[in-house]
Amino acid sequence: MDEPAFPWPAGGNTRVPYRVYTDTEVHELEKARIFAGPTWGFLCAASEIPHAGDYKTTFLGEVPIVVVRRKDGGINALVNRCSHRGSLVALQNQGNTGTALTCVYHSWAFDLDGNLTGVPFRRGIEGKGGMPAGFDLKQHGMKRLRAAAFCGLVFGTMSEAAPPLEEHIGGLIGGRMQRVLGDRKLKVLGTTSQVLHNNWKLYVENTKDTYHASLLHSFFSTFKILRLTAEGGIHVSEDGGNHASHSRNKQDKDQGEYVGLRSAIDGFGLKDASIFAARDEFGDGITVQILSVFPNFVLQQVHNSIALRQVLPKGVDQTELLWTFLGFEDDDEEMQRLRLKQANLVGPAGYISMEDGCVGGWVQRAIVGSEQDDSVVEMGGASHASTDNRISEASVRGFWNRYRPLMGFE
Amino acid sequence: MMMDIGSRLAMQDLFARYAHVIDDDRLEEWPELFTEDCLYQVISAENWALQRPIGLIHCDNKAMLQDRVTSLRDANIYEAQRYRHMLSATLVQHFHRDEARVVSNYQVIRIMQNGETMLFSCGRYLDRIRFTKAGPLFAERIVVMDSRRVDTLLAIPL
Repeated sequence: MDEPAFPWPAGGNTRVPYRVYTDTEVHELEKARIFAGPTWGFLCAASEIPHAGDYKTTFLGEVPIVVVRRKDGGINALVNRCSHRGSLVALQNQGNTGTALTCVYHSWAFDLDGNLTGVPFRRGIEGKGGMPAGFDLKQHGMKRLRAAAFCGLVFGTMSEAAPPLEEHIGGLIGGRMQRVLGDRKLKVLGTTSQVLHNNWKLYVENTKDTYHASLLHSFFSTFKILRLTAEGGIHVSEDGGNHASHSRNKQDKDQGEYVGLRSAIDGFGLKDASIFAARDEFGDGITVQILSVFPNFVLQQVHNSIALRQVLPKGVDQTELLWTFLGFEDDDEEMQRLRLKQANLVGPAGYISMEDGCVGGWVQRAIVGSEQDDSVVEMGGASHASTDNRISEASVRGFWNRYRPLMGFE
Repeated sequence: MMMDIGSRLAMQDLFARYAHVIDDDRLEEWPELFTEDCLYQVISAENWALQRPIGLIHCDNKAMLQDRVTSLRDANIYEAQRYRHMLSATLVQHFHRDEARVVSNYQVIRIMQNGETMLFSCGRYLDRIRFTKAGPLFAERIVVMDSRRVDTLLAIPL
């Protein structure tokens, strides 16, 4: 399977064939061309593995990865698979593995660079059994990825052809990441996971879709929190793959460092508006920024709630969404409390995010039998250029602009 | 201090009412089972063990519980679904005058409108029960989910 079995419809990035969400051949091609292709995938926060030997297991696409802290402080990413019989090597979500990764199946041992260092009974016993004399340990290491960090976040790639990570993220979107994360020391405040019954791309598109936010998430409009009339815009990288949307709640200007609170109280309905008590943490009045890096990483700032979202395909029609809630080591007590309270807004039970858990599944269910049809992505025109408003699907088109050439959908 | 039988029965009654107001879709009555200054939290066992504060829901007073119900009724959009709670026996860990710390296990089965029925969540209730003049109420209910994984979304409280 070298090329997609069907052509992209006329209309370029304004039309998306439903088949890309259902076709198992497309899914197989994505494994090779997107997730093992010249892209970078988010793996973990560097601060999650602070000490030598600390590891965390995760996925690059559907491939199991173990990320490990070396003795010299560097970070390695290895495919979490033993070179002998293919078993998982690291079995826990995270832990410390000392100076070696050892497969439990036959105790083959690897150093933290993935080099094979020990094969039990390699010479046999009393001249019997054992590996052939010519067996070369050097040829049988764990597969090592390129790994790099940006703003304290570790990414990996299978591809030698991928540009350096900073280039993949780009200056425009990199700057928006730095705005939130800077070089402050990250602290994981919690993790959670959500199983979505839809193709992974439907969720990624959802995060890039600024048009839906105040319409689907009626918590916003019911309680008068975020409206498309608020000032905002979308930054889209030149190739379209990465984006950062932002909005400023206009009503906040006279409230000093507290934003959002008044509209909540003046609005109606909520008896306790404390979930909207927030600090203008970054000094620019931006209340919401949603950022994505191709193919499947999302950084969210909703008031003071900062979270990473990793969109992991699990077959063609299922996705696991991993949330990592962040704070900073230097957060004061009040900030910790704000982040804890505001976490009610997001995640699988979040007031303004729970709908995103089901809407992709509704698309997945509705397109059965309509695989020859296309979805329409024309809000705001046909371009994927940055815009100064959010009534646009520019960043959704950007995703397809990046996706199509990688996949051979010309 | 040993919990007297009357208190124990009243507490079990509170637990039964908790399950039934949720399962019978009488969510407006759910906050009434809590004290004004209550804590209601849903968090995964993994985060709980690592002492990470953020889970799925964190309400630190009764008004927040009422807001959650208002939001579920008037704002949030999700597919019609019901729960069925299965509760275990209760272990009383500590009882002193008007307060008890107790733990019990739960299973919540979720039934979707198309009939799809699944074990949606299981875990522990870590409770602080306050015995008031009006009867026992939840001063604290921390729902420690065994799994960090939630199918689709968590709308209705556990």
